[in-house]
Amino acid sequence: MNRLLSEAKKSLITSLWFMVLTFPLLVIKVNTRDNTVVWRWMNLLWVAIGAFGLSWIWRRMLERREKGNTRIQSSAWREKVTVFASNRKFQISGLSTLALVVVLFPFLVKFYQVGIVTSALMFVILGLGLNIVIGYGGLLHLGYAAFYAVGAYSYGLMYLYWGLPFWVALPFGAVSGALFGLVIGFPVLRLRGDYLAIVTLAFGEIIRLLLENLSGFTKGPEGIAQIPRPAFFTKLSLQGATTYLYFIAIALVLLAIFVIKRLEDSRVGRALEAMRDDEIAAQAMGIDLTKAKLTTFALGAVWAGMVGVVLAGKTTYINPGSFTLMESVMILVAVVLGGTGSIPGVILGAFLVTLIPEYFRALADYRMLMFGVALVVMSIFRPQGIIPRVRKRYTVGGGKE
Amino acid sequence: MNPDVKYFLQLVLSGLTKGSIYALIALGYTMVYGIIKLINFAHGEIYMIGAFTALIIGGVLQITTELSPLVILGISLVAAVFYSAAYGVTLEKIAYKPLRNAPRLTALISAIGMSLILQNFVLLAQTSDFLPFRSMIPDFSFLIPGKSLLTTTQLVIMVTTFVVMLFLTLLIKFTRMGKAMRATAQDKVMAQLVGIDINRVITFTFVIGSATAAIGGVLIANHTGQINFYIGFLAGIKAFVAAVLGGIGSIPGAVLGSFVLGMTESLGAGYISSAYDNAFAFLILILILIFKPSGLLGRNEVEKV
Repeated sequence: MNRLLSEAKKSLITSLWFMVLTFPLLVIKVNTRDNTVVWRWMNLLWVAIGAFGLSWIWRRMLERREKGNTRIQSSAWREKVTVFASNRKFQISGLSTLALVVVLFPFLVKFYQVGIVTSALMFVILGLGLNIVIGYGGLLHLGYAAFYAVGAYSYGLMYLYWGLPFWVALPFGAVSGALFGLVIGFPVLRLRGDYLAIVTLAFGEIIRLLLENLSGFTKGPEGIAQIPRPAFFTKLSLQGATTYLYFIAIALVLLAIFVIKRLEDSRVGRALEAMRDDEIAAQAMGIDLTKAKLTTFALGAVWAGMVGVVLAGKTTYINPGSFTLMESVMILVAVVLGGTGSIPGVILGAFLVTLIPEYFRALADYRMLMFGVALVVMSIFRPQGIIPRVRKRYTVGGGKE
Repeated sequence: MNPDVKYFLQLVLSGLTKGSIYALIALGYTMVYGIIKLINFAHGEIYMIGAFTALIIGGVLQITTELSPLVILGISLVAAVFYSAAYGVTLEKIAYKPLRNAPRLTALISAIGMSLILQNFVLLAQTSDFLPFRSMIPDFSFLIPGKSLLTTTQLVIMVTTFVVMLFLTLLIKFTRMGKAMRATAQDKVMAQLVGIDINRVITFTFVIGSATAAIGGVLIANHTGQINFYIGFLAGIKAFVAAVLGGIGSIPGAVLGSFVLGMTESLGAGYISSAYDNAFAFLILILILIFKPSGLLGRNEVEKV
């Protein structure tokens, strides 16, 4: 009882503090243009109730975090899932059902839905690409949308000046993405952590500013319009092209998963992880940091370059406004929410980030606010993400787990 | 006066004005970084909240009362400083304190999240449009002849910045709290051992950093005449560039870096191209990090295993 009272007192104090804190911004609305003041006293009540409840939950969660019992629970739960998932029969039936659903999906639903899912799949690839940089390389990249822009513009410009089709642009987009990765990677070799984040952010903005201001070459802020959708031998109808793009996106997702899986166990992948864990120790073990960092950037940027080409083919219109910092942040949210370094995690994260605002339209305005909350809450309570990465563990005696 | 010379002088003065504002924001970055080794990504938002609070409080007083502009300016400045400091402290308690021993990348992601939250909170609670901000600083009569060169607001900005800098220097050099701050910046564990309450020092740092940012916010709103929820982002990034340019963690460095950045932007926009005025800041950032990552006045940090 005593404990309950003291908890209630703490929450009450927090609640009062938040009422004071949000008073001018939430209650008063001044329009300095036509000199009117609106008082929204009701908001204060919502803040009071919300802060009271949330601060209670917040403290409980912090306590639980201190004790660290969440980890034990989730690992017991995880054990069961692993046992279940490693059942061969389950794997085969599960995968074949999934494959069937994926193949039949565009023919079962309205093509508007196919478009949305294609966007989500593109986001999955972006997330997987950024995951190479953040999850494996440990380099926080805040200008990832710039690579995306490079891909989109390489198709846009190649079409504009030479009339080249989608399938020529796709590998070219990948290559130019990787090249830009190297170009950006080179000057930031010496930087780590927070500095790197800001510099990549700066690079992202510079590329956007260049796209906006070199209007003779890139058509500036109004962008490039009427880029053709990809053709399947002949020109496709809008519906056909949407389905086609869906399958292209699926193929790219599969390719990305395959490549990243292979990368994880390769020499290069391990070098990247060693670099993430400790740069100095990695160097002492004979890993060339320059090479490892440049590889990280190039490998990450390839995917963004390809998705950029797909984007240009899907929307038929690109402008610099589609590649802002917000785009980079959304991809970051997908990675952090799902689980840095974990492929299923990033896929889940990308679907959550794209589909929740799409299907809960009422929440669309609160989208960025929720992403912010997700970043803070995940960082504090579950930095490993919703589906954490499982690292290979080796036990003494040769047994591999 | 020769028009070329006059143009140059105008650019220099506007560069100094910009530099002053950057300095007020950069101080918060550099102080927080010095003490908890974290880039407070949401610092630009604190500056924006200062400007918004001043707009709201000032607006209500202008519309509903007959007070003189200077009194209104005073009240809204106090309100802005109070609220920015309150937001800064709350932000630290919620998003940074639980992560003090976490990897730096995690704390940085939390900071980015906090910046998104504050931006969108203001967007949803207020408006996404630019709101006009009526200048509350009256024109000084002795400046009227030279108005085309230096406006009263510009002069006020420079003088205020100078006073704030002086105050901060004295605070850090000569007070007990300043001493505690320096000790905490040097070695947190050791500071605790000699009886310094680190939590109090960190809270105090956030209060001071946020308060100077709020002053910057109110001044810039008076100068540019309009604000929206997004002004904090660019200002925050540029102030960060200034702090890095001067050597992050160093207070005189932040001021020097801010003036160098302000001048470069102003002269670059005036003589090269105004379309890229934001790109100059980013370019400077990249160049400085490549060639002298410790900044103009910063110390080299040697990393030990």
